[in-house]
Order: sequence, then C-alpha cells, then structure tokens
Amino acid sequence: MVQLLFFYFALVVIGLGLRIVTCKNPVHSVLLMLVLFFHMAGFYLLLNAEFLAAVQVIVYAGAILVLYLFVLFLVNLREEVKMSPFIEKGKWLGIVGAVALFITFLRGVMNFTLGPHGKYTIEKVQQLTHTKAMGEAIYTTYILPFEIAGILLLVAVIGGLALARKENKGA
Amino acid sequence: MVHLSWYLTVSAMLFCIGVFGFLTRRNIIMMLLSIELMLNSVNLNLAAMSHYMEDLRGQVMVFFIIAVAAAEAAIGLGIVVTLFRNYRSVHTEDITKLKG
Repeated sequence: MVQLLFFYFALVVIGLGLRIVTCKNPVHSVLLMLVLFFHMAGFYLLLNAEFLAAVQVIVYAGAILVLYLFVLFLVNLREEVKMSPFIEKGKWLGIVGAVALFITFLRGVMNFTLGPHGKYTIEKVQQLTHTKAMGEAIYTTYILPFEIAGILLLVAVIGGLALARKENKGA
Repeated sequence: MVHLSWYLTVSAMLFCIGVFGFLTRRNIIMMLLSIELMLNSVNLNLAAMSHYMEDLRGQVMVFFIIAVAAAEAAIGLGIVVTLFRNYRSVHTEDITKLKG
C-alpha cells in the first residue's frame, strides 16, 4: 500500500514537473504547480512528517502560489502564449545539461550509505506527536537559526515594499 | 518497504527538471517557478533522509527552507514587477542593458 502510494506520488510529481517547465501558458504552469505541491505534501505524510505537510499546503499552496498568480496577472501575457516558451537554441542544451546532472546525481545515490541513527525513532515521534517533537527541536537546539529566519522574513518584507514602491521624481 | 534511494532518485529527477526549466525558459516568472521546483526537491530529500536516519535535523531544515523560499518568492517577484515597469517585458532576451 505504501509502495503503491509512493509510486503514485512519484509519477504525478515527475509528470507534472515536466508539464510545468514545458507549458506555454504560465497561468497553467502555476495552477499545475498547485497540484504538485499537494502531492509533495502527500510525500511528507508518507514520511511521517504531518507538520511539514500542513506547512507545505499552507505556505506554498496558500501563500507563495497566490503571490505568483498576482504577479502573472500584473504583467502582460497576451503575446506570451503565441511565442516559444524557450530561449533560442537553449532547449537541447538544457536537456543535455539536465540529463548529465541527473546521471551525476544517480552515481551519488548508488554509492550512498546512511550515517548513524539519531534519537527520534518513529515510535517516539508518534508518541510525542510530530508537531511537538518539531517544536522541541526548533525552540531548543535550533533557536538561533529560528531567530535568523525571523529576521530574514523581516528583511524580505522591507525589501519587497522598497522594490514595489513607485519612484517619485520630485521627492 | 520504500527504500531511501527511491526518494533520492525522485528528488534528483525533480531537481534536474527544475534546472532544465531555469536554464531554458525565457519568462523570468517561470524561471522563479523552476527555482521553487528545485527547492521542493531538496526539501523532499531532506525529509526522506531525516525519516530514515530517525533524526529531526532534516525536517527542521525543511522548515527553514520553506521560510527562505517564501522570502525569495517575495523579493524575486518584486524585482519582476519593477523590471516589467521599466522594460514592459519579463523576457530574458529583452533585458540586455549590461551587455551594452
């Protein structure tokens, strides 16, 4: 059953990924990306990471994709669907580069051995509940990265405001 | 039983699709969307590693990467809006000012 679910998610994610990068209309790509994010959340559920699945749906599908859709509607897309989505002579170069990269990765995966196991076994995480275990890890061991991530989001907010503001010639 | 290397292979495939999209698409918004694809594949990799190593480090990292991806999308799309305001285009071949 788990294997069947894994193959379903893998098939959908890879197929949708290929469709997204070759689709002519960017709006279709963004909407297909939404489906892909839900299937990524399914992967997280298979990996016993319920909290990450929820965050994936809320942040990626709920916030980031809406941002993409808004910007797509702000820019002009009338002539976009009439021309080729790829740069000139870039398609075959891109395919060769990506396949070469994949072969390199595959060699790494073949020779991969797992390191020593940590203390959060599946039973322990299930007993604690995943959200609580994640919270304990984030707010004790990883408190400094957490604060830095907060500052990064503040910087992004200020940067986004400064970029989107209309330049006033007189002032 | 799903083996770890299956997850790694799926994640490598998704990453390569993202690389292909980033290198070949002419629309800058689509390039940013390809970056999201790559970030997602890395997230899957980290979550799978974390599950099979029975440690939460990878999943905490996924949490932070999602935050960074949100910041990156906000800034990147802000830049796209500014570019469109100045050039009336979001295609890479129209933005050649540095080339002279």
